[in-house]
Amino acid sequence: MVVLEMDLDRTSKRAAWQAAASVVDPEIPVVTIEDLGILRDVQVEGKTAFADVTPTYSGCPAVLAIELAVETALLEAGFKPVVRRVVSPAWTTDWITEEGRSKLKAYGIAPPEKVSSSIRSLFGETEVTCPHCGSASTQKLSEFGSTACKALYRCEACKEPFDYFKCI
Amino acid sequence: MTDKEALFEFLLRLADDHLVLGHRMSEWCGHAPTLEEDLSMPNMALDLIGQSRNLYTYAGEVEGLGRDEDALAFLRTEDEYKNLLLVEQTNEDFAQTMLRQFYFAVFMELFWEKAHSSSDEVLAGIAGKAIKEIAYHVRHSAEWIIRLGDGTEESHQRMESAVLELHRFTDELFEIDDVISSVVEAGIIADPSSLKAEWDRRVGQVFAAAKLEVPVEYWPQSGGRAGKHGESMGYLLTELQYMQRTYPGMTW
Repeated sequence: MVVLEMDLDRTSKRAAWQAAASVVDPEIPVVTIEDLGILRDVQVEGKTAFADVTPTYSGCPAVLAIELAVETALLEAGFKPVVRRVVSPAWTTDWITEEGRSKLKAYGIAPPEKVSSSIRSLFGETEVTCPHCGSASTQKLSEFGSTACKALYRCEACKEPFDYFKCI
Repeated sequence: MTDKEALFEFLLRLADDHLVLGHRMSEWCGHAPTLEEDLSMPNMALDLIGQSRNLYTYAGEVEGLGRDEDALAFLRTEDEYKNLLLVEQTNEDFAQTMLRQFYFAVFMELFWEKAHSSSDEVLAGIAGKAIKEIAYHVRHSAEWIIRLGDGTEESHQRMESAVLELHRFTDELFEIDDVISSVVEAGIIADPSSLKAEWDRRVGQVFAAAKLEVPVEYWPQSGGRAGKHGESMGYLLTELQYMQRTYPGMTW
């Protein structure tokens, strides 16, 4: 009997996780919040599902949209949703999954170079690979790109501009 | 003043610094000389406003009177705002905008590094995020200071004017009063005056590369922490608070 209840708990927790994890980033709709490492935890108590999400940047305007989407997804899966915003430990690009990284690349966004999460010294530069042609000969156009989490680059080889997911 | 009152007052000051500077940076949106800069300044504004929201929310919880981030940001008057005079200074030109950002960001980078191991867990959490964001602000503004300071005759002269205008507001960053003493004693933050030597060193390093002199003699200005602001502050709040003042209680 006890075993059965534990199994039930596990099943409903998995259902809740899957529902929440299906939510995509409103600004980069090819990656889910699971891919980005934004979804930290999902717990189920009775009919209530608690989802912990963490913002990428303090001022990320997508946070509210994401929280709302998680709430909706959990509701649709039959749970009473409680979305909790967790700021600590701070999100790092190291939490982006391998799958997330390849999805970003296929979408034309260079995934963060794996050096995190130390703060680079003043004027420190990283080598960024072009997501289109794979050339390492790229140039930073702007530290700040179309969203807080991206920088703007240009490839010297294929001449295409592209976004780089900043490493934090 | 109880410990709780001191913590609230301290958080409010810090939140005000971030909101006011964030608002100033947002004023550049649509006016920057290049597209890249037009993206960078609202991005920095977004970071600062995001940090202020975290700080206001926490301040409201500490106060315990039911005020949320919106009540604190939109429903306080000029003399209730406790931000540094530095952050409310108007944008003027690029030299002044970037120097204001640089002075503040260098200080905050040092401040957040210490606050990351604060005895206050919420502040430590906010610091953990902010520390990564502020590193970009330091680098971006420092690059501009060097580019302009070591640039043309006119850009150099403008940087010099900006230093002359803004340096007098920097002493306020390190000031200590009862509120600060209380939170320092509680292990919540490091004594700000202990950050001065490293701040001087980092500013000096960038100024040297920018062929700029750090002023030796100037008249330090302060009063922001006591709610005494310059004329431009009223205009800033008028714009910032317009919607809530005109349509009280409105929501998106």
